[in-house]
Amino acid sequence: VLNVDLQTDATLQVDISDALSERDKVKFTVHTKSTLPNFKQNEFSVVRQHEEFIWLHDSFVENEEYAGYIIPPAPPRPDFDASREKLQKLGEGEGSMTKEEFTKMKQELEAEYLAIFKKTVAMHEVFLCRVAAHPVLRKDLNFHVFLEYNQDLSVRGKNKREKMEDFFKNVVKSADGVLVAGVKDVDDFFEHEKTFLLEYHNRVKDASAKSDRMIRSHKSAADDINRIASTLYTLGTQDSTDVCKFFLKVSELFEKTRKIEARVAADEDLKLADLLKYYLRESQAAKDLLYRRGRALVDYENANKALDRARAKNKDVLQAETSQQVCCQKFEKISESAKQELIDFKTRRVAAFRKNLVELAELELKHAKGNLQLLQSCLGVLKGDT
Amino acid sequence: MLFLDNPLEIKMDHSLPASDIASSTKPLSEASSAPVMDILSEPASEAFSAPMMNLLMEPASETSSAPMVDLLMEPASETSSAPMMNLFMEPASEASSGPMVDLLMDPASDDLKEPPKPDINPLADIINDAPLSEVKTPVAAMTQEPPSDLFDDEPSELFAEPRQSNTAKQQQTSIFDEPDEDLFSEPLGEALKKPQNDVFKEALAPVAKASNVCGPLSDNYNEDPTDIFTEEAITTLPSAVSTVSVNSKTNGVHSDEEEPDIFAEATVELSLDSPRNDRKKKEAAKPSASASAPSVSASASKPQPKTLEELDEEIEDKFELNISITNPEKVGDGMNAYMAYKVSTQTTLPMFRSKTFTVRRRFSDFLGLYEKLSDKHTLNGYIVPPPPEKSIMGMTKVKVGKEDNSSAEFVERRRAALERYLQRVVFHPSLLQDPDVREFLERDDMPRAHNTQALSGAGFLKMINRATDSLSKMTIKMNESDVWFEEKLQEVEAEDQQLRKLHIMVDSLVGHRKELSVNTGGFAKSVAMLGSSEDNTALSRALSQLAEVEDKMEQLHQEQAASDSFCFAELLADYIRLLGSVRASFDQRMKTWQRWQDAQNMLQKKRETEAKLLWANKPDKLQQAKDDITEWEAKVTQYERDFDRVSATVRKEVLRFEKEKARDFKKQIIKYLESLLQSQQQLIKYWEAFLPEAKAIA
Repeated sequence: VLNVDLQTDATLQVDISDALSERDKVKFTVHTKSTLPNFKQNEFSVVRQHEEFIWLHDSFVENEEYAGYIIPPAPPRPDFDASREKLQKLGEGEGSMTKEEFTKMKQELEAEYLAIFKKTVAMHEVFLCRVAAHPVLRKDLNFHVFLEYNQDLSVRGKNKREKMEDFFKNVVKSADGVLVAGVKDVDDFFEHEKTFLLEYHNRVKDASAKSDRMIRSHKSAADDINRIASTLYTLGTQDSTDVCKFFLKVSELFEKTRKIEARVAADEDLKLADLLKYYLRESQAAKDLLYRRGRALVDYENANKALDRARAKNKDVLQAETSQQVCCQKFEKISESAKQELIDFKTRRVAAFRKNLVELAELELKHAKGNLQLLQSCLGVLKGDT
Repeated sequence: MLFLDNPLEIKMDHSLPASDIASSTKPLSEASSAPVMDILSEPASEAFSAPMMNLLMEPASETSSAPMVDLLMEPASETSSAPMMNLFMEPASEASSGPMVDLLMDPASDDLKEPPKPDINPLADIINDAPLSEVKTPVAAMTQEPPSDLFDDEPSELFAEPRQSNTAKQQQTSIFDEPDEDLFSEPLGEALKKPQNDVFKEALAPVAKASNVCGPLSDNYNEDPTDIFTEEAITTLPSAVSTVSVNSKTNGVHSDEEEPDIFAEATVELSLDSPRNDRKKKEAAKPSASASAPSVSASASKPQPKTLEELDEEIEDKFELNISITNPEKVGDGMNAYMAYKVSTQTTLPMFRSKTFTVRRRFSDFLGLYEKLSDKHTLNGYIVPPPPEKSIMGMTKVKVGKEDNSSAEFVERRRAALERYLQRVVFHPSLLQDPDVREFLERDDMPRAHNTQALSGAGFLKMINRATDSLSKMTIKMNESDVWFEEKLQEVEAEDQQLRKLHIMVDSLVGHRKELSVNTGGFAKSVAMLGSSEDNTALSRALSQLAEVEDKMEQLHQEQAASDSFCFAELLADYIRLLGSVRASFDQRMKTWQRWQDAQNMLQKKRETEAKLLWANKPDKLQQAKDDITEWEAKVTQYERDFDRVSATVRKEVLRFEKEKARDFKKQIIKYLESLLQSQQQLIKYWEAFLPEAKAIA
């Protein structure tokens, strides 16, 4: 599973020990081990749903205190629709295929469902781990409630009005983001980070989409090989001539190689696509941090101008001074933590890419060697026969 | 021309007396006169209006001609083991009776420029027929020498003797202007000559006795009845024996004329002798004693088929014929443009004028060749390899002149398909002998095939499907007596279905692999961009390395897609088309069966008519009814033999097809797996190179 390489700390360890899929809901069992005095017990578990994760994430985002931090990206909504749809289609098409084909297809789809399920769980776990590893966020009260309160948090999904508000907020924010981003930063470090993140985010977005496409066609090819193996099997069982035996052997080979091919696709999905997707969201979170800082900078500069004007008119000077000080403090506070956050972001990113790319290469090698061996031994047998 | 139709009728004629005698106890004189009437009364034009194919096909099934060729095919070793006496007795009996009727009744005899001799001495006839002096010497030699020697001598004889008074040969040439004349007319003459020689030799003894009525004949018959003749022969012999001289004469006539007939077929349709051979072998195998019988005539006129068989073996063993299609070239512009291919032949087969030659052919020429071959050989139950289908889409692209990948791939795919098609044709021992094949390979100025337009891709498939439909309808009607065919047909149908399914899947794999290649390429570019924007130097470097790996993978997937398509999908497409041809040959067998059944029904009706007439006591119409019965009995026998022959051919062809299929699949799939193996080896190489780069990220 995706490895984002977090510094773990024995004082607070969080994982998802179990998960249950119920219709369109997934219930995660969040398991905590901690020596922190805030908790009543050292080890406990609660059941949480996706919406509660989102609530926790949003509470971080809305907390002004955390404006200087990269808020760990929220886990994506579990999406079993495609998988369910396929299962349903399979049920409809049951009559048109042989029993063997049906069983095989069903197993395939169930495996696919399971894979999506595991990925979903992993994404939610990563979010919690990131929070637990964060020096400030780990102390958040909401987080502790989330971990400990053994009842439903009765958070609800946002209603239509709230969604519309969010939408407008986002429009304003992105328009504002463009405005803020256009302001030349006084600090070279941040100016550089801004340029980098804008480009990086777009590129990682593109790479993520492209990797998805590549993996999808790889899976399709593996499915084709699977079906080819089945048909060769049918051909091979027609009688017991030499060719039929030949077909059976080739079918057996394809049955094995297609499994490997499917594993290649699945591993690329986990090690490559998920990594890119995660960094798509992380880079967005980093961009959001830069936006908040940029906004604070603009506010600070505006406050400076307002103070200048107030002094010139000699009117409301004290109020302007206070405002200017608040803005200045805010900006400096954000800048101070943001710098460290961005440096950490880079360290985490490099480590995560290293780990995942090494694992990817090792898995690719393992699978290719497995395929090679299968092909070699099969060819040996086939050539020996002919 | 007259000569040509004769064999057709003769054959019917020939079988008539036999069945007559066997089934009804008619007065012999009547029976014997009937066939003769037939021959003369049947208008020649009828025979002519029938397409060549029919003419050739029907005589082939004749009892009289069939055994001949059959026997000819027997290995020489058998011949040598057969007692000399036996060898010559059989032909003698036929020959002795032959000339007489020949001269008396057959108009063909004029052409033969044999002086019509109303006198009943066959010997004199024969002697006049061929220059005695010349004939006598070989005969003497033959009688003295062991038969095996005879065959060793053949080559020289072949060329030395045919020019003699071989009437049959002259006919031959006038009828068939085929280029193979030189090849076949010579053996023809030889073959013809031989029996005649035998005749003489024989004539000196038993024929002389024959003139003393049937003494010697019955002697023959009693001595080794089964030995000398295969089933048909036996049936004809008794008739000869018991019908006294008149009937035996009729038989003789036929035997005399059948020989040219046999070779006439051989010239155009060499294919015919293989199935017959097959069948005969099986028949011969049943009565063990009859083993010597085939050798009888085999010794008499073995030479030509023997060379054929040698050809067959050569093809099987060394296959000294390599065909390649290269240099696809666009000729012309716009919608009139077409692709021309260079067809190169390399061969050591003597049937070709030179060892290497090339011609240029366009796609429609290949279709034309198929149509010609299909017209001739499908009727006999042969599996004629079908050419690739027309592709309007693909060709339009080529015509428009798009120099893109798909158009280049289309041209290459078609080139390879045409090459495989042509190789399958020449690899078929019987089709290789077809003059059209040789013309296709050799002739510089091929007349353009015009009617191939009808065979567009969709049309072709429709045609096959239609054949399949009618086939399945007929299956219901046909009460299959031979389980083998029933099972095979089911197998073929099931296989066809599975192959179609497999083909769709492999096509889908090709599509997905191409898609994978494109998407991998897209990802590679994207990762390269990501790498270039990455802050960390080592990570940036690793990402651009990853982009390189993905770039190579794009290429690898593309190559793999090509080999999915060329090694696997095309193989399946070929065999789906070929299974269509296999089904067509089953269909053909069904049709001949249907014809036989129809004839049987007709015969039944005729018999009922006769019974009614007898009951109604109408003697004036009775004769006509009897004649009808005789005619239809002959047809039934003939059609049954047709059916047997086509069945034998289909069986042999299917077995051959399966053998080739097994070989093709093994070869191609192994090739395909090797391509997969290579892919994996490359993959390992690429990732092994990448791994240290990934580890170097820091």
